Amino acid sequence: MISRRDFLQVSMAASALVGASGFGNWARLAAQQSLTQDQLLEFETFGNVSLIHITDIHAQLKPIYFREPSVNIGVGANKGVVPHVTGADFRRLYGIADGSPSHYALTSDDFAALAKAYGRVGGLDRVATVINAIRADRPDAILLDGGDTWHGSYTCLKTQGQDMVNVMNALRPDAMTFHWEFTLGSDRVAELVEQLPFAALGQNIFDAEWDEPAELFPPYQMFERGGTKIAVIGQAFPYMPIANPGWMFPEYAFGIRDEHMAQMVEEVRAAGAECVVVLSHNGFDVDKKMASVVPGIDVILSGHTHDALPEPVLVGETIIVASGSNGKFVSRVDLDIRDGRMMGYRTKLIPIFSDVITPDPQITALIDEQRAPYLDEMSEVIGQTDSLLYRRGNFNGTWDDLICDALLNEREAEIALSPGVRWGPSLIPGQDITREDIFGVTSMTYGQAYRTEMAGEFLKVVLEDVADNIFNPDPYYQQGGDMVRTGGLGYRIDVSKPQGERISNMTLLKTGEPIDASRTYVVAGWASVNEGTEGPQIWDVVESHIRKLGTVTVQENTNVDVVGV
Amino acid sequence: MEISRRETLALCLGAAVLTMMPFRANAAVEDAISAFTGGADVAEGGVTLTAPEIAENGNTVPIEVSAPGAVSIAVFAAGNPTPGVATFNFGPLAASQSAATRIRLAGTQDVIAVAKMADGSFAKASATVKVTIGGCGG
Repeated sequence: MISRRDFLQVSMAASALVGASGFGNWARLAAQQSLTQDQLLEFETFGNVSLIHITDIHAQLKPIYFREPSVNIGVGANKGVVPHVTGADFRRLYGIADGSPSHYALTSDDFAALAKAYGRVGGLDRVATVINAIRADRPDAILLDGGDTWHGSYTCLKTQGQDMVNVMNALRPDAMTFHWEFTLGSDRVAELVEQLPFAALGQNIFDAEWDEPAELFPPYQMFERGGTKIAVIGQAFPYMPIANPGWMFPEYAFGIRDEHMAQMVEEVRAAGAECVVVLSHNGFDVDKKMASVVPGIDVILSGHTHDALPEPVLVGETIIVASGSNGKFVSRVDLDIRDGRMMGYRTKLIPIFSDVITPDPQITALIDEQRAPYLDEMSEVIGQTDSLLYRRGNFNGTWDDLICDALLNEREAEIALSPGVRWGPSLIPGQDITREDIFGVTSMTYGQAYRTEMAGEFLKVVLEDVADNIFNPDPYYQQGGDMVRTGGLGYRIDVSKPQGERISNMTLLKTGEPIDASRTYVVAGWASVNEGTEGPQIWDVVESHIRKLGTVTVQENTNVDVVGV
Repeated sequence: MEISRRETLALCLGAAVLTMMPFRANAAVEDAISAFTGGADVAEGGVTLTAPEIAENGNTVPIEVSAPGAVSIAVFAAGNPTPGVATFNFGPLAASQSAATRIRLAGTQDVIAVAKMADGSFAKASATVKVTIGGCGG
């Protein structure tokens, strides 16, 4: 591992970006071979209003490794445009030097080697330092949390989100919106929302029975800052009861509801808002479409799809800012609001390099206090890994390959299915695998690992259906996850085809035989959204498997043949 | 194809939906629309149909139709075994020509609203509603 002092000699890649004027500064700084907290925070204060955006923290209180995807395919109008650009193409697009810190922060190649040089990312005590520095420049900056905050770790599951509420409240956000929070169940969500000293927003959170806006979640909040009025409208994840278990929050309905969004924009403008900000958990492509459909939005702070973009994307006169996930990035967005409109902006995606940014000692203490009761049980070493374990990517990740292997072996199944979620930190070769690490990629309130039988025909329906939720050319029909991961099953997918025609060559890997539509197969999986699913918890299944292996080695997965890109 | 509850216990998959493949608009819907319009031409525009892009529950999908100046609005589910869903009639004293209800959809399909205007002309709007077993959130 690199020492703190050595780190200062390593190149850095972050600088203030003015407007959409192109990149370039990162590579220049990289050439200077220096990385300091001051450089990470360097920002020429602009305009009269500052927004601070953090999203999709997934309860990662402590620094972690997080590998960005190598495969992120866009379809329709989003083919080949950000965020559907990865690796060397991404670096070329933004002028990022190979081997630079921004290479490490924003792309996936050589991840294990760069991780050893640049160290961990994130940690809410480091995030606190960044927020404090921005507030020192602009005391009335608006801090906005895009949701997926109360989910994703051992302590978050055990405390039902209380650890995250305690720590986030200490960071003093001004508003948040929601997604995985609802998987705590609607009673617990209400209990936690009532503890928040800030607004819990969601213009698309409706009462399911009456199809009216839900009382607990106001659509927007007005702020008077920098001599102007700013409206922040919340947009929760639109497909909560479809992608997650609706039975856990039956009182609520969601949806995109762009007509209602347009009404809210009109309402806040009529109430004197000179700037309209949408705090969104739509996912990036959905936000792009919404910006083109709903007039009058100045800024969309985009969450859900975990994309980290060093520059905002401009759609009409709306800027869309994507701030990554797992506490790895914070976005600062400075705005010049005058004469009833946004006259200019300056943004910076600040990577939270944990070894460079000094933690805020008060927040460190608060985090450690949340973790203390669980420290012994979650620090237990279950095994080691020889391979890089990561999740992100449209079709597979080594973590999911390991989880699928655990399901096949521990549940004696022919085929394993693992959900295509995008959360979960990475582990680099040579690391111990602790219980906390396993929970980092599995923890949820519906983690039962089922074992069932499915006909070959139904397996095809499952793959086609999930594929359409990712590769439907209209973003409003996408749900923002990745493809369901398969173990023991290979297939070919043509992402350019319509639903029903994308999946072919389904093969049972154990025998090499084609999947027979009429035969039934023993299938093990986890994270069913159906009520009453039975089975051991997935983290226990994975732990048992890793214990038997001792040291984990995951081979490259070549079982999914992707065409039509 | 009918799928039992047991078979739907897959990951991140939605409640027991009977059939998942997109339905093709069948001849029955053309016949049903013709029966309503008497075979007259149907223009696009003038009708607003609000429906979710993806149904949270295919058994009860909230929809809303509105067509200022209409005397009657008929709603069709192109992929249901019986496409006719409802016909709303508006008298001369109706304050507005809009209606909201919930409908059942057998699978992913187009919902079509056809309005008969006071002058005897017809207009329509349609929306694709996806009924899915679900994906996985980020």
